[in-house]
This record gives sequence, structure tokens and C-alpha cells, in this order.
Amino acid sequence: MDLKSHVWRPLFVVIVLAASLLSVRQFIVPEGFGIIDKDVGYMYGYGRKGNIDEWKAYKVKFKFNNEYCKDCHSKNYEEMMTNPHAIINCEDCHGPALDHPSDPPKLTIEKGKVECLRCHLPLPYPGSGRANIRGVDPEKHNPDIECTMCHNPHKPKMEGM
Amino acid sequence: MITRRDFLKTTVKGIAGLALPVTAIEMVSPKMLLAAKGDRPKWGFIVDTYKCVGCGLCVKACKQENEIPFNANVTRTWIERYILMKDGKLFADTPKGSVAMNGFTTNKIDLGEKHHGETLYQEIKSVDIEKAFFVPKLCNQCANPPCVQVCPVGATYKTSDGVILIDRTWCIGCGYCVMGCPYGVRFFHPILKVVDKCNFCYHRISNGMKTACVGACPFGARMIGNLNDPNDRVSKIISTERVGVVKSEYGTKPQVFYIGLDKEVR
Repeated sequence: MDLKSHVWRPLFVVIVLAASLLSVRQFIVPEGFGIIDKDVGYMYGYGRKGNIDEWKAYKVKFKFNNEYCKDCHSKNYEEMMTNPHAIINCEDCHGPALDHPSDPPKLTIEKGKVECLRCHLPLPYPGSGRANIRGVDPEKHNPDIECTMCHNPHKPKMEGM
Repeated sequence: MITRRDFLKTTVKGIAGLALPVTAIEMVSPKMLLAAKGDRPKWGFIVDTYKCVGCGLCVKACKQENEIPFNANVTRTWIERYILMKDGKLFADTPKGSVAMNGFTTNKIDLGEKHHGETLYQEIKSVDIEKAFFVPKLCNQCANPPCVQVCPVGATYKTSDGVILIDRTWCIGCGYCVMGCPYGVRFFHPILKVVDKCNFCYHRISNGMKTACVGACPFGARMIGNLNDPNDRVSKIISTERVGVVKSEYGTKPQVFYIGLDKEVR
């Protein structure tokens, strides 16, 4: 085969361009980039493989397991279990346990009225569980003081107080 | 005229051709397929709108667990309130900004309009309500995710267990996916300057825990489960009870299923 220079020259330019493009790509494209899982495929599964493990290692904050609190705070735990508030998690009002008791040694206690009103503001909507929760009008029922002044959230009924 | 040689050749070819499909086709039962996939989960979610009381504890827990700014008007999950009046009028609102975590603490409805910088509210009388309910929303983790397809840099993708993740180191914040999502679950993270959305608390579900919103809900309105496990509570409900998905007409195949969905829910 006899290729003339007018074929060889542009071909050479193209080869050099392609080679430089590929070598630049080597540096730009991050490690692990490609089809993450062949079951998912190219269309939805194209990305950086290491990212999945980065997400798996994200810091967990909530335990959402009242058994975790039970041993040290047995009095509060048992008190909670005797009333309708037993369905509420400790961490719903006390915030994420994180690595408690080592870090943080003390959890926050959210005592604001809003913590009560988020369920107990009466919204009698048919078709929602909200209608079955006993409500209180915050503008009429002791508007100036916090609910926790009289009601113990662990034992909300007023008996024996 | 066919020669003896040609006749034999064609016959051998024909027999070989007929024999091939018989050996190539093997009957595969769905159980075998499931076994071939191993014990890999496929995450699915159920929202029971009858049980939701609109307390917002899920929103609060999600923001704390996933470090989403409290005061910015961004959240990975939220609750919508739908009120259909007896005169046929429909109202829908959701607590915004810093009060998004507090649930619904007023019977006034946010009209979503502003007048002289003040948000307009309308008083709703209980007697005028025909039906009203709460609908928690989160990322649907679509089987056909439009948000993934539009990403120009490959920063968002679907994992084999069915969750759509965002690569925070690789997202350029162009916002195509925010526009592409028909459910509006994606938002721009004001601190990290990348797009963010619910990922079913991937760090929790991958380590044997439930999502923060499921854990926080006192009423059991949210459930997460493994759709590959036929004995899982969530897959049992999906296969035996009446469930619906939001905006099925988009063909996105959502993996979040709703109990008690209504035509008003958008």
C-alpha cells in the first residue's frame, strides 16, 4: 500500500490529538469512575465507585432504640412506659444520643411548647390520626407559661402531682 | 439440481441449528433469579397517610441526622397538608423554613402567597372541612430516575440496592437534577454548595438501622424494608394491600408507596 504524505500528515495529527486527549483524561477522571454495578448498568449506574463507601461511613447520630437508654435512666424509662407517651422515642425530645454518655455527656432537653403542640394542637381532620389526639388551645389554656410547668412529659396525666 | 454433498451439508447445518436453541434456553424460576442476586437488599418505603398526624418529628430527626441547616428553607423530607372544603375548594400547605421541623401547630393554612412581604394565611373552620389529611414526602428512589439521567458529570447514580446517591465531591451544582425531578425532592445545600436529597439514610440502612424518619415517627406512619425479601413487612404490604405511588404517569417507577393516597395529592 502506498499512502501519500497528504494522507499521512492529517492522520498523524489525529493520532497525536487522540493520544493527548486520552492521557489528559487519565489525570482528570477520578479513581473508580465508571459503571458502578453491572446490574444497574450504564444509564443509571455511572459514577465514582468509592462514593458508596463514603456514604456508608457517614456519622450516625440517632440510636432510636429506647432500650439503649433503659439501663441508666430506668426510672424515666418505666415512667414513660405506663402512659400513651410510650410511643415517643427518648431522642425525639432529647435530641440525638450520638456517643452519649461519653460524647456528649449531657443531652439537650427540648421543653418548648412547640414540642407538645406538634401533636396536641387540635386539628380534627377526618382521615388522619391527628383527630384522635386530645388537643389543647394554646391561646386559652395558660398561654403565658410552658406546658412543662404543670405537666411532666414522661407522665402527662395530672394525677398525683 | 442438489448434489449429495450439498444435501448432507445443509442437513448437518440444520440439525445443529435446531439443537442449539434447545440447549440455550433454560427454564429460570423467579426464585432462582432471586437466589442469583444473593442477599442483596432492594430498599422500599411505605408511608401510611392515615397514621400521620403531621407532628414533624420525622423532619426534625432527618435534619439532625443528615446535617441539613435548620433555618434555611431546605429539607430532605417534609409533610404536606391537604384540606378539601365542602364547597370543593382545595388547600395544601407545608411548614417552611425554620418552623418546618415543628409540624403543623396552627389550623390556619399557608396560602403560599405574599402580600407586602407578609405570608398570607387563611383561617379554616373545622365544620367546613370535607376531608383533610397529611402526606409525608421524601425521595421516591425511582427505578427510572430522571435526575440521574440529566446529570452531566456522573455525580448522581443508582446503587444496586435501589438508592439514588449524590457524590458530593463530584457534583458541580448545575441544578439540572433539581429541575429534572418531578417530585421536587432535590435542593441546593446552602453550606456544602452541592445538590442534596433524601438517600433513605444510606449510612443507617446499610448498617442495619432504620432511617431517621422511620425511627423518629411515634405513630408508625413510615416503614422501610427490603423488597427482595418476600417475608419483609414492607414487601408483604406492597404485595397484598392497596398502595399507590405519586405521579405514576411520569413512568419513573417510585419505590416509595403510599397507603391512603388521594387524587388531590400532587
